[in-house]
Amino acid sequence: MDIQPILAALRRHKAGTILIALQIALTLAIVCNALFIIHQRLSRMNEPSGVDEANIFVIQNLWGEQYSTQEALERIQEDLAALRQVPGVQDVTPSNQYPFKGGGWDNLITLKPDQRTETTDASYFAGDEHFLGALGEKLIAGRDFRPDEVQSRGLREKMNPSVAIVSKPLADKLYPHGDALGKSFYAMTSAPVTIVGIVDVLQRSDVGTWSVPYAGESMVVPIRMAMPWGGYYIVRTKPGQLTAAMRAAPKALYAENRMRMIDSKDGVLSFAEVRHRAFERDRGMAILMSIICAVLLAITAAGIVGLTSFWVGQRRRQIGVRRALGATHRDILSYFMTENLLISLAGVALGVLLTFGLNLWLVTRFTLSVLPLTYVLGGIVILLLLGQGAVFAPALRASRVPPIEATRPA
Amino acid sequence: MLGYYFDLAIRSLKRSPGLTALMILIVGFGVAASMTSYSVFRAVSGDPIPWKSSRLFVPQIDMWGPKGRLDATNNNDPPDAMDYLDATALMRDHRGKYQSAMYRVSPSIVPPDAHMHPINVGGHAVYSEFFAMLDVPFKYGSAWAADSDAQRAAVVVINAKLNQKLFGGNNSVGKTLDIDGKDYRIVGVLDNWTPKPVYYDVVNTGGFTADQEDVFLPFTRAIDVDMQNDGNTNCSEIPKGSGFVGLQQSSCVWISYMVELDDKAAVSSYKNYLDGYFNDQKASGRFNWPLNNRLRDLPAWLESEHVVPSDTKISLVVALGLLIACLVNTAGLLLAKFLRRSSEIGVRRALGAPRMAIYTQFLVEAGTVGLTGGVLGLLLTWIGIHGISWVLPKEIASLARVDLNLLALTLAVAIIATMLAGLYPTFRASRVQPALQLKTN
Repeated sequence: MDIQPILAALRRHKAGTILIALQIALTLAIVCNALFIIHQRLSRMNEPSGVDEANIFVIQNLWGEQYSTQEALERIQEDLAALRQVPGVQDVTPSNQYPFKGGGWDNLITLKPDQRTETTDASYFAGDEHFLGALGEKLIAGRDFRPDEVQSRGLREKMNPSVAIVSKPLADKLYPHGDALGKSFYAMTSAPVTIVGIVDVLQRSDVGTWSVPYAGESMVVPIRMAMPWGGYYIVRTKPGQLTAAMRAAPKALYAENRMRMIDSKDGVLSFAEVRHRAFERDRGMAILMSIICAVLLAITAAGIVGLTSFWVGQRRRQIGVRRALGATHRDILSYFMTENLLISLAGVALGVLLTFGLNLWLVTRFTLSVLPLTYVLGGIVILLLLGQGAVFAPALRASRVPPIEATRPA
Repeated sequence: MLGYYFDLAIRSLKRSPGLTALMILIVGFGVAASMTSYSVFRAVSGDPIPWKSSRLFVPQIDMWGPKGRLDATNNNDPPDAMDYLDATALMRDHRGKYQSAMYRVSPSIVPPDAHMHPINVGGHAVYSEFFAMLDVPFKYGSAWAADSDAQRAAVVVINAKLNQKLFGGNNSVGKTLDIDGKDYRIVGVLDNWTPKPVYYDVVNTGGFTADQEDVFLPFTRAIDVDMQNDGNTNCSEIPKGSGFVGLQQSSCVWISYMVELDDKAAVSSYKNYLDGYFNDQKASGRFNWPLNNRLRDLPAWLESEHVVPSDTKISLVVALGLLIACLVNTAGLLLAKFLRRSSEIGVRRALGAPRMAIYTQFLVEAGTVGLTGGVLGLLLTWIGIHGISWVLPKEIASLARVDLNLLALTLAVAIIATMLAGLYPTFRASRVQPALQLKTN
């Protein structure tokens, strides 16, 4: 098809052409960036936690009064015994935090004791010899804690763990050659901590954006925390018994000792709920961006339909003349389709610039990552198809204009 | 004349109902998307204490030095909270009009009603001047007296919600409350004071939090009874001593600080005092790095702490982009609509209508589309703001409100934006050559 006549015709509709192209450019810029944000949020939400999510729940247990470390330790032992009696419970561990809790403890990690800037930062889990079992974590190297290694500590008591189990990302960051097992590091400690075990995945407790550079970097130390106010119990059930055990566990704890607070709403959470809460903002943002994309694409399509319909109406006589001179239905159809393709191509060309402009602004202001080229290519394909789809109905109507129109006054 | 043009506009719009409906829908959706995002942005970026925010200041002292810069994005800023040593020294020197060091606590309360389980509450340990400094409204009673700070008195101010829960909303001043197993005398009940963001302690609350502020008790008392801090503790090194005392002797930061300074002279003299304090400490050998203090007023402080979630800003920008795309679209449709009536314009011009009259007529038509789109936009904004709780976290979504300002703004944005979109099409319409149009017809 010869595009010369189309360009000549477009020159007579400069303003309309420019407005459609601009519309397509803006749509491309917004849709590409929004889709990228959606993808990033979804992939964050779907990251594996490393724990046996289907069978785990967490109890936040607060004492009714402040206990000394010794008192708290005794209460914790009683509670653990009570929880182990609950039907369906497979294992249980006390901990200071759990993956995706939001907030929590993290320590700076160095390779030497007097290092000035940190090597990295790790989420700091305190757990006993049941920790890995209760979370359903699998060691990929080394060993679990031995019961005699586990020390008990109260709030802000000196902690100098000599051994730790670390997640693979932390091991790889510290020792990139895969030989981390048996090596040591410092976690704001005066003595070195030796890596005795490595687990594949153990997500951090915090889910904020600040810790993105340290994603997945966690360490477990063999310490049973006895906080004056209470703490968390991580409970793993036998398959299929989660719901029943979640109902029975707080009852068992209250029956054993009434002086405690387990919030009726937030005190007992299945891991599915933990995950749901941790990524509430990400999910919301993904939904919001999806709505905006959908509205924008619909509006752009509607705008193209509207303006093309107008042009078709305006050119009925010319179309009639062409038909009378021997142009087929197909010729007319492809004329309008090609016209739209040309405008769309101009639009996406401008749009690519706008897209990267918007992305650059988001990167500098909000530390988003740089948009991959595939998104831009995908966006271009979407918009070209959208334009062709939108123009099809008016173009079809144009192709049905009878040659007799040529003889009618405009 | 305007009435007549309005009438013409209605007739013209009725003649092509499809195109008109399309324009109204586009304007409506564009405006609603941007106004919904704006309402959220407005809610989280608003000044929580507008009559006083420029007189409230947050001092920062660089007690960690260059090695403590954990966050490279923070422009070499000193820590955003204080250690115990410096917070109490500043309180002792008492150089502002009002000031308070504070930390977040989360004690348990045993209700006076023996049938109730103990409950976990949230709150802050503060100094007596906290209440006067922040104009905290009291329903019953008042703040504790200044000497209660020095005496480490067992007194407490509770918020309306807790008062409702424990005392059925009655005046509970003078009653005792069991906090962490110790008796406190209630001296005041707040009049449901829940500022958002929690501007006096954004370090520990992040600004927007679902946590309640139920109790306020003397800082000195809380320290005395080892009431643990429930907020963040950030350390550049592990404390040498252990326990709560070890924390108090360490350089870990966990205390927020705010001071009221009423005029420029007070601000500059406080700045001098703060610098002098740092230099004294340096002279005594505590620091070996250069002076790097900050004294920000509240709006600057909230900005530096990034209290407005970046998601909210991104959403606003994207929604504004959507609005612009809608306007470009509307401009295209108006252009098509106006130029279709070239012959009508030709006749009017030939009969002596000046360009100005054509301008007015078509701008009125654009404005009419804008007004109708705005009304649709109002409806959609209302739906959007009520639906936003489905998408955003509760503590932020619940702040977005529909009020008269927002309604007026929605309509104004819709009308002005559509008229802007109509400017170029109107210009083109006014340039129609009467002779040419009459001839072709």
